[in-house]
Amino acid sequence: MDEIKTNFPFLMNNPNVVYFDSAATSLKPQSVIDQVTYFYTHLSSNIHRGEYQSSLKTENYFENVRKQVGTFFNTPTNSVVFTKNASEAINMVATGYLRNILKKDDVILVNEAEHASNILPWYKIAEEKQAKVEFLPLVDGRVDLNILEDVLKKGVKLMSIAHVSNVVGVIQDIESISKLTHQYGTILCVDGAQAVGHFKIDLEKLDVDFYCFSAHKMFGPSGVGVLIGKQSLFETMTPLHYGGGSNARFDTLGHVTLKDIPYRFESGTPNIEGVLGFGAAMDFITSIGLETIREHELELKDYLLEKLSKMDHIKIYNPYTEVGIVSFNVKGIYAQDVAFYLNHHHIYVRSGNHCAKLIEGIIETESSVRLSLSIYNTKDDIDRFLSAIETITLEKTIDLYL
Amino acid sequence: MLNNPQYHRQIIMDHYEQPRNKKENPTYPHKRMDSDSCIDDITVFVDVKDGVIEDISFEGVGCTISIASTSIMTELMKGKTVSEAQETMTAYFDMIALEGVDAEVLREAVVFQNVGRQANRIQCATLGWRGLKWILNQKEDNDGQA
Repeated sequence: MDEIKTNFPFLMNNPNVVYFDSAATSLKPQSVIDQVTYFYTHLSSNIHRGEYQSSLKTENYFENVRKQVGTFFNTPTNSVVFTKNASEAINMVATGYLRNILKKDDVILVNEAEHASNILPWYKIAEEKQAKVEFLPLVDGRVDLNILEDVLKKGVKLMSIAHVSNVVGVIQDIESISKLTHQYGTILCVDGAQAVGHFKIDLEKLDVDFYCFSAHKMFGPSGVGVLIGKQSLFETMTPLHYGGGSNARFDTLGHVTLKDIPYRFESGTPNIEGVLGFGAAMDFITSIGLETIREHELELKDYLLEKLSKMDHIKIYNPYTEVGIVSFNVKGIYAQDVAFYLNHHHIYVRSGNHCAKLIEGIIETESSVRLSLSIYNTKDDIDRFLSAIETITLEKTIDLYL
Repeated sequence: MLNNPQYHRQIIMDHYEQPRNKKENPTYPHKRMDSDSCIDDITVFVDVKDGVIEDISFEGVGCTISIASTSIMTELMKGKTVSEAQETMTAYFDMIALEGVDAEVLREAVVFQNVGRQANRIQCATLGWRGLKWILNQKEDNDGQA
C-alpha cells in the first residue's frame, strides 16, 4: 500500500506523519486536487449561465458528477441534491421536509451514539412543533430489531440514524431497519457520513427515504455534501434557501415557479470546483475498488485490535467495531493528553467525545481517543502507533509541558 | 530546585492524581468552564467574605494540565484577599503568556511556566483560573452596584 500513499501529496509532504483521523476528514489524492485546479485554470465559469462554451462545458462536468453519484450509490440522478455538507443535508430534511408534516407530540427517533449533526436539527424542529425526540436503546452500539419494532409500534414519525457510528464503528443493518420502519409508516433518514467510501452502498436495495453524507470523508473536497431522497418526499419538501438557480420564473406579485427537483433545492452558485473534485474522488475510489478498500481497512483494524487488546494499560471501547474506527483510552491518562503525546510522535488521532456528546450512554466514558483508518494507512503506521502507545506513561505526557 | 523539571513533573502528577479541594459547593458563587476546543469541563466554587477568599473548590473532568493547574490555584488562593488574588492571577496569566515568572507570588504554579509554548494547552492551563477571575469580576460588579 506504500504505492497508494504516493497518490496523497499530504503524506508525501509530511513523510513523518501517520494520519489516523480519516473519520474527521480523509486526505485528498492528487487527482482530486488536480480536478479542483482544472476548474479554475480551464473552466472558471458559472453553471446554468449563457451560451458560451466554457459555461456549457462546466455545467456538463457538474451534471456528470450528479450522474456519477447516481451510479455510485445506485439511485436515480434526479434524487441527488448537492449541499454544502452532511449537516446541511440533515437540516434540509428536518426543516424543509419534516417541518411540513410534524405535529404536536409526534415522535422523532434517534439514539445516543449519534453525532451532533444528527441530533441538534431534530431537537430544533421538535421544540418548534412541540414534538418529542426519543432515544432508541442500542445493544453494543447496534440496533436490535425487536426493540426497534416495539418502539415503532407506538408510532414514530421519523427515525434518523447513522449508517456507521463515528465512535463505535458498528454498521447498522439499514436494509432491515428500512423494511421495519416502512412497515410502520415511519420515514427513515440515514446519516452516511462514516459509511461512504468504505464499502459498497446500494441505495435502491437499502430503500431509505433520505440518505445524507459529505464528500470530504470520501477523498473529496470539503464544502460539498449530498442529500439523496425519494421523489415523492422531495415533492413536499420546502427549499431552505431561495435565489438564483432554483426558480424557473417569478413576477412582481410574488408568484414564484420553482425549477424541477433537484435544482429547486440548490439556489445560488454552488461549490462547482468542489463538486468536480468530488467526481474525481469517486473515480479514485472506483479505480482502487471498494472491495479492496474494505479488505485493507479490515485487515489493518484486525491487526490493530489484536495487538492493542493485549496491552493491559489500554481499554478498548468498541472491540466489536466493523470498520476502521477504534476508540480507546490509556488507563490513568486523559484522552487529550494521549492524543497530544501521539502528536509529539507525529501520529495524528482524535480525542474527546467526537461530537457525539451523549456517547457516555453507549460506551461509559465521556472522553476517548479515536483512531480511524483509510486506504493510505499501512501496517507500518500501526506498528509505529503501537510502539508509541506501548511505552506511554503519565510522566512522559507531562514532560511535554515542562 | 524550583526549575528542576523532575520536581515540576512530580508536582503536576501529584495534583492530577490527588487533586486538592475537589468538591462541589453549590451554595457558593460558581462558574462552569467548559472549553470549546476540548471537552474539559470544570466548575469553580468560591466563597468570599469581607474581601477574603474563605473557601474555594472545583469539580469536573479535564486533562492533566487543567486539573493540576486548577488544584494548585485553589491551594494558592485560599485565605487571600480579593486584591491579592487579582495580583496572583495577573502574574499567572503573564507567565502563561511567557512574559516572565514571579516565583514569589506564584509558588507551586511556576510548574506551568512553559505550558504557554504549547499553544493548544493555554486554554487548559487557564481554565480554572479564568473561572475564578469571572466569579471575582462578577462579585466586584455586584458590590459596585450595592
